[in-house]
This record gives sequence, structure tokens and C-alpha cells, in this order.
Amino acid sequence: MKSNKGKRVIPGFGLSMGITLSFLSLLVLIPFASMVWSASGIGLRGFIEVVTSKRVMAGYQVSFLCALIAALINSLFGVILSWVLVRYRFPFKRVVDGLIELPFALPTAVAGISLTALYSEQGLLGSFFRKLGIEIAYTRIGIVVAMVFITIPFVVRSIQPVLEKIDAQYEEAASMLGADRRVIFFRIILPEIIPALLTGFGLAFARALGEYGSVVFIAGNTPMKTEIVPLLIMSKLQQYDYGGATAIALVMLIASFVILLLINTVQLFSSKFTRA
Amino acid sequence: MKKTSQQGRLVPRLLVIVSILFLIVMLVLPIVTVLVNALKNGWNEYAAAVSDQYTIKAMQLTLVATITAVLINTFFGLFAAWLISKFKFRGRKMLTTFLDIPFAVSPVIAGLIFFLTFGRIGWAYDILNKINFQIVFAVPGIILATIFVTMPFISREIIPVMSLQSEEEEAAALMGAKGFTIFRKVTLPHIKWALLYGIILCSARAMGEFGAVSVLSGHLRGKTNTLPLHVEILYNEYQYSQAFAVSSILVIFAIVILIVRNIVEYKGRKESEQ
Repeated sequence: MKSNKGKRVIPGFGLSMGITLSFLSLLVLIPFASMVWSASGIGLRGFIEVVTSKRVMAGYQVSFLCALIAALINSLFGVILSWVLVRYRFPFKRVVDGLIELPFALPTAVAGISLTALYSEQGLLGSFFRKLGIEIAYTRIGIVVAMVFITIPFVVRSIQPVLEKIDAQYEEAASMLGADRRVIFFRIILPEIIPALLTGFGLAFARALGEYGSVVFIAGNTPMKTEIVPLLIMSKLQQYDYGGATAIALVMLIASFVILLLINTVQLFSSKFTRA
Repeated sequence: MKKTSQQGRLVPRLLVIVSILFLIVMLVLPIVTVLVNALKNGWNEYAAAVSDQYTIKAMQLTLVATITAVLINTFFGLFAAWLISKFKFRGRKMLTTFLDIPFAVSPVIAGLIFFLTFGRIGWAYDILNKINFQIVFAVPGIILATIFVTMPFISREIIPVMSLQSEEEEAAALMGAKGFTIFRKVTLPHIKWALLYGIILCSARAMGEFGAVSVLSGHLRGKTNTLPLHVEILYNEYQYSQAFAVSSILVIFAIVILIVRNIVEYKGRKESEQ
């Protein structure tokens, strides 16, 4: 309980406000403002021209589609993994639990070259899938693989704490009343974890959308086919087309904010719904 | 919890197997691939790649950038967390959202915003040029980008713990303790594990940052090359075993970080249970 009257009893309000605001302005507000300013330099027509050009549109398609698939895959495995980690006991459980964070700790460039080596024609998994007629490296599947790798922790770590808190009594009650396991999962467990699942999904999707380091190596970067948006921004920059780079980035930024906002709203609704 | 075991063992076993297989394919195999490829051409070549002067320079820069980013973000994170968890004010929610921006933004865009501010076409370029201070394509740019992408880690970890208790701080303040004394004697013992945890996450991310740093670095070997960028250069020059050798250094760092992370988490949990 925080008392309303004594809210300024604790010292340091002015100082911490000052430091926080100046730090945020220096690092976030001013640079972003410069970017918007610089985007306005090319004018609305120029902006639309860049953003709707075929190559850029194809890039958006690749990025959004692959990020969506990766986030969906991780939602599925995230539920399974967190369930297994919370509910079951098995050997090396702590190692498995600790391993989940590896994509956070491993530099993305390392992940990128390693996944490329693994899934290329000569690679261990690449040669296996090639026999089945599936090529992974330098295709969109490769992009999805890299995106799945870097976003594994998001869904698991969102759901885990929620699962830990769910009271097993409800499940016991349901099973005594004759509900089978599927009913218990879909009627009792799933509604409880849906807000956390959505948060994890949103974080994973946003991260996958913006990911650069791990994807560029495995993507092959063929224009119109396997070129992701962050790479388009990068190559525009290298061609000194700053206006173009900024225009693409701006659309990307707006898109990811809209997605995060959407997911926040859904989460708010569903948490109200489950609590009711 | 134990009731599930009554309902047959097939599904649990299957789920455990699926999980472990998924993690082996997605996480363990890539690590093994790095190590196998690093040692492909023998130990001598590995040692040569790791002790190459450009590798050492890159490692130094990575360390400098990581340490600076962690120090600055710890300082900032503590103040931001103090502000958000101890006071109620208008715009607090918005401020929290602002803190999370680096999470939602593509690293390439993070690099781009600094490029457009401090680069040759940015408005701040002339001002900085007068005092002979270069940010883009220089070490400060790399540090700046690293600070940006790791900004939320520390404050995010401490805010939940700091918000838990305010009475003790209030009591200390009413008894006349000064701000820093309150922080050191009352707050710090509560948040120390969360803080340590945040610092670990922050260093992991700082060490591995690629996209943002890549935009601002200019890839000057021996000058603005961090370890991840060095990996990219070697790889693009088809020096695969060297690229993987340098990667293996980062893999070792990552594993050490994970182990320390687990120890910290375990100790923190144990302490909060007591």
C-alpha cells in the first residue's frame, strides 16, 4: 500500500526525474525526432514512392510473414516448454531451463553464421533436409529458422510465471467432475495463460521483425524473395540514400508500435475477461 | 501437481521428449556447430585466429563498449527505477513505455537514428565537428548504440522489486536519513539480486549487439570493429574457420553468462524464500 499523502516523503524525486528525462531525451527523443525530421526532407510523394516500391513491398511481405510464422511456432513450443518445465520432473531439468536464455546471451552474428553452416547443403541438418527436397539456408524457411532461434525465450519466459501460480485445485476439481485432460487444458489452463501468451507472442513478433544479425547470413538476401526490411534499410544507407532508408524505417516503426499497442489492448481485454 | 502422474505417463513423456528435441535442434546443435567448425583446421589455426591482433583489438573494443554501457545503464537504471517505483506522477505510464522503446525497435533503426543525428547529414555533426568529436564511424558511436539497445534491461529488472516496499524507505526518510543513505542501507539490500541479474542481461546483450553497431561502425578494422562485427568480416571474406574461432570466444562468454545468471537467480530465489 502506498500512502497518497506521504508520497514525497522519500527524497530524490527531482534528481531522478531530471536524470531520467535528460537521459531519455538524449538517447531516445532527440534521435527519433531527427529521424522524423530527416524523413520529412524527401516529401510526401518521395516517401510514398519509396515505401510502395516493389522491392520494398516485397521486403515488408517477407519480414512480416516470416516473423509471424516464427512467433506462431514459438507460441506452440513456448506453451509446451513452459508446461514441461513447470509441471514435470525430468533429468537435467535445470540445464534445460538455463539453456532457454541462450539466444539472449549468444551474439546474433554468431547465431547467424552457425545456423547457416548447420542448415546449408553441406551442413548436418541442411543435407538431411535436402534429401527430403527441402532447402532451408538461403530461403524463407531459413529466415524463419533464424527468427525462431532468437525469439525462443520470449514466450516461455512470459508463460512460466503464470503457470507456476495456477492453483492445481481447479484441475483436480475438474478432473473429479469428469473432465478429461484436453478439456482441462483448453477450459482451465489456456484461458489463464492467454494474456501471457499474447505478450510473449507480441514480443517475439516485434523482435523477429526487427532482427538483423542472425537473419542476414542465412537469408541469402535475394531481392524480392529473401530480403528483409532491416537489410533494405542497411543497403539504402550504404548507397547514401538516407531519405529512402528513413522512409522504410519509419513505416517499420509505426507498424511495430501498432502491433505492440494491439497486443496490449487484447491483453487488457482478455485479462479482464478471465478475471470476471 | 502429482495428480498428473495418475493420468498415464505417455503424454508427459512425449511432451518432455518434444521439448528436449526442439532445444537440441534449435539451441545445442548451433553451439556444437560453432565449436566443430572452429576446430576444423586444427588447434594451431584456432589459436592463431583467436590471438590475431585484429581479434584482440576487437575484443578490447567489445569489452570497453560493454563495460561503459553497463556502467551508464546501471546509473541511469537505478534513477529511472527509483523514479517509477517510489513516486506517483502524471505521465508515469508513458515514461515506462518510453523506457521500453529499445526493445520494440529494430537494432538497424537504432543505429539509423544516431546516424541521422550525428552523422555527416545530421544536424549535430557541425557542432560536434567544431570540437573535433566524431561519433559516427568511431568508438563513441559504438558505445552510444550499445547503451541504447541495452537501456531497458537494468531498470526493468529492478522496478518490480523496488515497487514492492516503500514503507521502510519512508520510515528512514522520516527519521531523517539522507537520500543516498536510504538507498544504500534500505533499498540496495532488497534489490541487489535483481540488479545483478539486470547487469548480467545487459552485459550479454551489449557484448553481442550487431545491427545497431554495424550501422555506426564503418567497419574499420582494428579501430571500430567489435567481436561480432569481426566475425561478420571474416565470414564474408570466406575465412570460415577463423570466423568460427572468433565466434567460439563469444560462445564461451555466452555460456559463462548463462551459468552466472542461473547462480544469481538461484541465490536470489533462495534468499527471498528465507
